[in-house]
Amino acid sequence: MATFTLQVNGQTHSIDGTPGDNLLTVLRYELGLTGSKYGCGEGQCGACTVLVDGVATRSCVTRLETLDGKRITTIEGLAPAGTLHPVQEAFLEVEAFQCGYCTPGMVIAATSLLSIKPSPSERDIATIMDRNICRCGTFPRIVKAIQLAAQRMKSTSSAGGQR
Amino acid sequence: MSREDLPDFEPERYELKEPRRYSFDLDRRDFMRVFGSGLVVVATLPRLAAQESGRGAQGRGEQADLAAWLHIDERGRVTVYTGKVEIGQNIRTSLAQTVAEELRVPLASIAMVMADTDLVPFDAGTFGSMSTPRMGRQLARAAAVAREMLIDAAASSLAVDRATLTAENGRVVSASGKSLAYGDLTKGRQLTGTISGEPPVTPADKWKVRGKPEKKLDGRSFVTGAHQYASDVNRPGMLVGRMVRSEAPGATLKGLDISRAEAVPGVTIVRDGDFVGVVAPNERVARKAAVLIVATWQPLTGRPTSETVYEHLKKTGEGGRGGAFTSGDVTGSASVGTRSFSETYLIPYIAHVPLEPRAAVAEWTDGKLTVWTGTQRPFGVRSELAEAFHISEDRIRVIVPDMGSGYGGKHTGEVAVEAARLAKAAGKPVKLVWTRGEEFTWAYFRPAGVIDVKAAVDARNRIVSWEFDNWNSGNAGIRTPYDIPNQRIQFHQSDSPLRQGSYRGLAATANHYAREMHMDAIARALKIDPVELRLQHLKDERVAAVLKAVAERIGWPKPSASGRSLGIACGTEKGGYIATAAELSPDASGFRIERLVAAFECGAIVNPDGLRNQVEGSVVQGLGGALFEAIKFENTDILNGSMSEYRVPRFKDVPPIEIVLLDRKDLPSAGAGETPIVCVAPAIGAAARAFANVKPALPVTVVRA
Repeated sequence: MATFTLQVNGQTHSIDGTPGDNLLTVLRYELGLTGSKYGCGEGQCGACTVLVDGVATRSCVTRLETLDGKRITTIEGLAPAGTLHPVQEAFLEVEAFQCGYCTPGMVIAATSLLSIKPSPSERDIATIMDRNICRCGTFPRIVKAIQLAAQRMKSTSSAGGQR
Repeated sequence: MSREDLPDFEPERYELKEPRRYSFDLDRRDFMRVFGSGLVVVATLPRLAAQESGRGAQGRGEQADLAAWLHIDERGRVTVYTGKVEIGQNIRTSLAQTVAEELRVPLASIAMVMADTDLVPFDAGTFGSMSTPRMGRQLARAAAVAREMLIDAAASSLAVDRATLTAENGRVVSASGKSLAYGDLTKGRQLTGTISGEPPVTPADKWKVRGKPEKKLDGRSFVTGAHQYASDVNRPGMLVGRMVRSEAPGATLKGLDISRAEAVPGVTIVRDGDFVGVVAPNERVARKAAVLIVATWQPLTGRPTSETVYEHLKKTGEGGRGGAFTSGDVTGSASVGTRSFSETYLIPYIAHVPLEPRAAVAEWTDGKLTVWTGTQRPFGVRSELAEAFHISEDRIRVIVPDMGSGYGGKHTGEVAVEAARLAKAAGKPVKLVWTRGEEFTWAYFRPAGVIDVKAAVDARNRIVSWEFDNWNSGNAGIRTPYDIPNQRIQFHQSDSPLRQGSYRGLAATANHYAREMHMDAIARALKIDPVELRLQHLKDERVAAVLKAVAERIGWPKPSASGRSLGIACGTEKGGYIATAAELSPDASGFRIERLVAAFECGAIVNPDGLRNQVEGSVVQGLGGALFEAIKFENTDILNGSMSEYRVPRFKDVPPIEIVLLDRKDLPSAGAGETPIVCVAPAIGAAARAFANVKPALPVTVVRA
């Protein structure tokens, strides 16, 4: 047994466990953060995607021992309470979901994508998001939502503000 | 076969006829249901709906006839109680639109209580694209009855002629400007209504709320992660379960060593016959404890593999329920053409892969069981629980939070039964979420099948004979929409080596693939344009309309660039009419999809944006079965049961898709969640024939000449 320190959405948690334990199970079952979903447990579907130091990461295959000193952001911590991130707004506006189970992972992966590529082409999105699966098949809408968010984020950041 | 002769539920819904897996002992108690005051309208369904559920609906008497309740409370708040489940098909929104329309209230004022067996009337389940044509229709009539009752009540309160009154925006308003809010009319009263005759529902050309692209009602909770799926439900003191299973289904337990697992603090081990599971304080511990259990299983042997299964299905096939459909005489002289076309099409098992695997939280309180779970049949699962634990259904409550989808794959309650058994042993609420591997191995598949098609064409290029035998896939979509004088069409039930059941569109995908690929082959051989050949044989104007619409949009018969090819397919199923066209270019793997167009018609459109989303999603899901999905197995061992080995469509697999919706305001609304999937594969397969031979099988595979 070892103790791991996790910084999740600005809060510090001490977690007892063994090396190899994955981040998703701790988030969902021990910290009560169920917005990150279990889909496959093998890093293939992206439903569990969180940000680790701002980078999209599959929490189901992320070991606790690799997270020392890193900032973890889940869907619950993406925007201040009561507000929405522009990517969330765009998903709502385009209705880029059906059952919604993939949506938190898609939204998180998209924010990471936009931090690397602020004006992504359809091909960029397909390449970078290829490890996120929507079984309902709303991929074309998700592409539209990401591009809409990109436009909005560019126009607000060029106007000098962060939403 | 007339409409009345159609089976109550399609024979390929195999999962509804299975014997129960577990049966446990528990005790009994009673439960009462209470309704408040206000106005209630009870919407009933014809008996057919009760029969559609198969097991579990019989003997329920008047309950089986109920469909929904509509309640307006003393403050004028509207609540709709329905057993339908929100799976991502957006029925919560479109049913609310329907009620808001008829009651003349804002959409936001409708509360939808869905799929909670303590709160809603019996419902057979959410499948078969029946929610819109049946539940939607009945709710419209119930809401129209409620509106007329409110007008009656206002007429007597105001002492005016009811003809001078109208309902608008939650109030009944008189011609002279007096008005009463719905709450004023229901306060302190107990008004009850039922549907009789034909209530004055609003015709589609007068719709103001329906027919508009409404957003998903609670969309915000999905983008914030706040929505709690069954797998997210948390209860005070809740523990976490994990099952211990054999590698493959059908094995029997030979030996069990739990000594190491027992030593893990906080762990309870549950053994009941072949049922072995653990309960632990959290998921990490449950998983570790489960690994420490050493179970020895005797596996099934001598069963078919994914290669030999087709032979097995044909060998074990029997004539299906109701026998063959025949018209004319396929053995007579009139059916002898100048050319004949025979082919055998092979359909593999495929998996639903709902992103949320089966999950349940079970809680026993004073002998009463509450289970939160993702299922398309909450009342069916309640019956399963009642049978497994020998308690009456009124002591069981099944709650289905809006689900991480199902696609026909969640009609059963195995995870609910397992969680309840673990919770009973632990004396605390237990959550059990199947792993992806369990979902691949222990859920059920879309049936594999073998389809033989034999057609004859006369000297004037008329198809005069059509013989179609389907082993094991199922009956859905088996009939041809083409006008052919001599037909014999038959479904044969077979012994399936793998557990199989419903899948979006059922066997209509397999049957459309075989039929439309065959039509395309005939057209090619006769050197007739495939659209032309179809139109020459189509009397059904609705099929012809979508076929023409898709041909026009794709630019038939000319591809948009040289070197490319077009393929097309059409059909009808469950009241929906679909045609799909594909544009392909050749590449190293055989072909690449450049573009897909789908034209769909399902009567009057309730929610255009929701419909577009469903059609597009169906097309994308159809790409998986068309291009790469197939379960590989040996005996009952699934050889590609993981997300890395079993490929489902991803961003890169999705070409540009165009959707053409035909809105027929003169026709009743049909369901739309299934039928748009059925023509994706044959459109692609037909287009691929321009480059190489295409195997008569799914997924579409080209064979280099």
